[in-house]
Amino acid sequence: MPAPIRLRELIRTIRTARTQAEEREMIQKECAAIRSSFREEDNTYRCRNVAKLLYMHMLGYPAHFGQLECLKLIASQKFTDKRIGYLGAMLLLDERQDVHLLMTNCIKNDLNHSTQYVQGLALCTLGCMGSSEMCRDLAGEVEKLLKTSNSYLRKKAALCAVHVIRKVPELMEMFLPATKNLLSEKNHGVLHTSVVLLTEMCERSPDMLAHFRKNEKLVPQLVRILKNLIMSGYSPEHDVSGISDPFLQVRILRLLRILGKSDDDSSEAMNDILAQVATNTETSKNVGNAILYETVLTIMDIKSESGLRVLAINILGRFLLNNDKNIRYVALTSLLKTVQTDHNAVQRHRSTIVDCLKDLDVSIKRRAMELSFALVNGNNIRGMMKELLYFLDSCDPEFKADCASGVFLAAEKYAPSKRWHIDTIMRVLTTAGSYVRDDSVPNLIQLITNSVEMHAYTVQRLYKALLDDISQQPLVQVASWCIGEYGDLLVSGQCEEEEPIQVTEDEVLDVLEGLLVSNLSTPVTRGYALTAIMKLSTRFSSVNRIKKVVSIYGSSIDVELQQRAVEYNALFKKYDHMRPALLERMPIMEKTATNGPTEIVQTNGETEPSVVESKHPPPVTQPTNQANDLLDLLGGNDVVPVIQTTMPTKPASAGGELLDLLGDLSLSGGPPPAPAPSVPTSQPSFLLDGLSSQPLFNDIAAAGIPPMTAYNKNGLKIDFTFERANPNPNIAVITIHASNSTEADMTDFVFQAAVPKTFQLQLLSPSSNVVPALNQGTVTQVIRVLNPQKQQLRMRIKLTYTLKGSAVQDLAEVNNFPPQSWQ
Amino acid sequence: MQFMLLFSRQGKLRLQKWYVPLSDKERKKISRDLVQTILARKPKMCSFLEWRDLKIVYKRYASLYFCCAVEDQDNELITLEIIHRYVELLDKYFGSVCELDIIFNFEKAYFILDEFLLGGEAQETSKKNVLKAIEQADLLIGCIFFTYLLEKSCKLFIHYKTAADLLSVKQM
Repeated sequence: MPAPIRLRELIRTIRTARTQAEEREMIQKECAAIRSSFREEDNTYRCRNVAKLLYMHMLGYPAHFGQLECLKLIASQKFTDKRIGYLGAMLLLDERQDVHLLMTNCIKNDLNHSTQYVQGLALCTLGCMGSSEMCRDLAGEVEKLLKTSNSYLRKKAALCAVHVIRKVPELMEMFLPATKNLLSEKNHGVLHTSVVLLTEMCERSPDMLAHFRKNEKLVPQLVRILKNLIMSGYSPEHDVSGISDPFLQVRILRLLRILGKSDDDSSEAMNDILAQVATNTETSKNVGNAILYETVLTIMDIKSESGLRVLAINILGRFLLNNDKNIRYVALTSLLKTVQTDHNAVQRHRSTIVDCLKDLDVSIKRRAMELSFALVNGNNIRGMMKELLYFLDSCDPEFKADCASGVFLAAEKYAPSKRWHIDTIMRVLTTAGSYVRDDSVPNLIQLITNSVEMHAYTVQRLYKALLDDISQQPLVQVASWCIGEYGDLLVSGQCEEEEPIQVTEDEVLDVLEGLLVSNLSTPVTRGYALTAIMKLSTRFSSVNRIKKVVSIYGSSIDVELQQRAVEYNALFKKYDHMRPALLERMPIMEKTATNGPTEIVQTNGETEPSVVESKHPPPVTQPTNQANDLLDLLGGNDVVPVIQTTMPTKPASAGGELLDLLGDLSLSGGPPPAPAPSVPTSQPSFLLDGLSSQPLFNDIAAAGIPPMTAYNKNGLKIDFTFERANPNPNIAVITIHASNSTEADMTDFVFQAAVPKTFQLQLLSPSSNVVPALNQGTVTQVIRVLNPQKQQLRMRIKLTYTLKGSAVQDLAEVNNFPPQSWQ
Repeated sequence: MQFMLLFSRQGKLRLQKWYVPLSDKERKKISRDLVQTILARKPKMCSFLEWRDLKIVYKRYASLYFCCAVEDQDNELITLEIIHRYVELLDKYFGSVCELDIIFNFEKAYFILDEFLLGGEAQETSKKNVLKAIEQADLLIGCIFFTYLLEKSCKLFIHYKTAADLLSVKQM
């Protein structure tokens, strides 16, 4: 058999192949030759063959049949063989196969070899790919070598020990004695690897960490070494662009970081050297910046004094201005980590950070975006938002969703005015509408509902946006909801904030019907549109057209749409008397602050499930009847009846449709809170009462509003006490206290209230409907009044109760509200 | 460091050093995906990127990409220096190293890497010492030869062998 071709020969031949097929053919031929050579147990050329095999493996061809051959090479006495054998083992073997265990004995022998280069090979292989079993077996040998005076071997042994510890953490203790005087070595290689070993030990075990801090006095030693590196003159052997052994410096700084973390003494001991490194390191090359970077990370992590921290942030600020992209990236990453703790210092670099939004590099842009959101506060919101919206316009799709969410969050927290807030939302919806997250739609709707004075403006802008573009679903959904809700404002041209547009009812209906038929609309959007059209039946006069649309969709293929249409049809026919009440304006949805004004929590339905439970939907028809009665009685043109925040359940259908009817808000998980009248199980819902009458508010002004007596007749006295709801100062929270001075209890007590059109009122459920006799107790109930225009508060109240078997009903007007309650 | 890859602009692997246990299949997949990701990046972009859950540091030297995957706590800027140091070592050893040197002497490239890094960390920070160790190990083989390959017309083709006087000579 002729001698197998040489490695270089093979490489050259394979490279001449012009096609993949040709290459494969050559490789297969050579593999066959190698295989037969292996079969013949040819010692002479084994090395050459394995080398060739490794080359072919790198090209991507299978080479597993060479694994055992590698082992044979390792066992050989020739250095060349061993070298290739170990290389092959590292490339071809992996610890999941049992084959690798056969290496253990060879490695053991080689660790004790007379030639240090052979020992080196063994240590290298073990440190690269040693499995846990191998490590367990050979840890003793490694430990021995860690104590040798031969620095070539010592440094390798140290890194090998690191690997052993990573694989078998229990063996860490074993290496402890050997670390005693590792740092007194002069050899930089040993120093570097020792620091790595110590770092690994300290990271893994808090006990070790404590031990090294106290007993070994590691920090002073490290400080000393670092100092020498900086102060000593030029050392050609370790110099990199004028800096002495930057690798070692960085490693020491990292170990110092671990030692100094949460430890005052250690942090104190390293303050000086950190300051020295931070100020003296040359920053013109990457090397210097690498050291500064590590220094900054260390300063921020340990308990450094504030001057040092400011120095660190300033270094990062300088990094941000560096031409080198990598440095900017690193700066942004670090600033992101520190923005929580050193917020003010980072704020100073805000403009540079915002500039980074315009960078071409994706990673830099992302970091700049995250950092920008972290830096937004009440003072800079307008400027920042401008930049961020500009960024939203021009950024890649992968950023848009996160950016949009961030903008919404920031806008909610720091909006300087309602109009600005709505404008911002509009901008996001129109530019990145399709990337907006699903939960933003209900959030936005809630926001819009709460900005009562902006309704006309909002609906007008949304309408205009719809005319331009109906492809962005979140935008379309919010817009159709608003048009359904405030269509009357749109048509009547009531907008105060900008030039009102002239639009007819038919045009509006055209747009909504367009949404229904458009291919761009998702089923959810269609649902919104249909409901909006339905709602307009009470706000517009062209009811017939709406009736027609609704009846068409009664046979829609989409089950959801069909169901809605059928129900709305029923509303037109059998239940027409209920329609106005059902389709009334939505009340303000509550934003309850939990711990502070900046935390915005969802509506009642979600935050107080227990409260919702106690307020189940009452029996069907009563509330609306009573509401209608109030309307009749009060001759209603200037008073808007209070909708007691729940709609009666539809006949023969479950409560679920209720929510559908009201515009698909997934906000309130359960049914909205029940109305005041006849709640069959009226448990004292003190939770909510408590919540609103408790000092959620820190408003000093609120404390000063005097209570008043609203009604006092026939033994029934009703007092009003006032609070202001924080964060919305337009909402006055009134608690009524009903007391009974007659001898008998007043049962079936019901309190109702109505307010003028410019107000909105919400009545929560009473504590009970029995007012005990002889002032033994009171019934309390909470009224929330939204008074955005700060008009004088007036109220008409209606009381019904049963006293000594006979029903009593009374109406009264309350005009004596103290000025502070509505100013 | 978890692994280091060297690959050409056409995506051919020239060297792969793995410091974490992964099967051949997994290695192939990672290499393929990562190589494609890096080759897709524009020249002016940052040398760092997040890929899967790793930090990747890469740099292009002539026609070769040097790419390292490092852990979260590792300093990216110093990793760039490590890559640079490795290139310097290759340069010193081969004399103005080019991609062909690494193709034809890949095993040497591995040996040099193994004298510089061990288990993913630098074991020797002195350039001189690394090169000395390699030279001495080479002497053990008893055979040194340089091969300059002629691809275009301007390079000379020289074989240079010293006699095997120490141990038995093995030409590969």
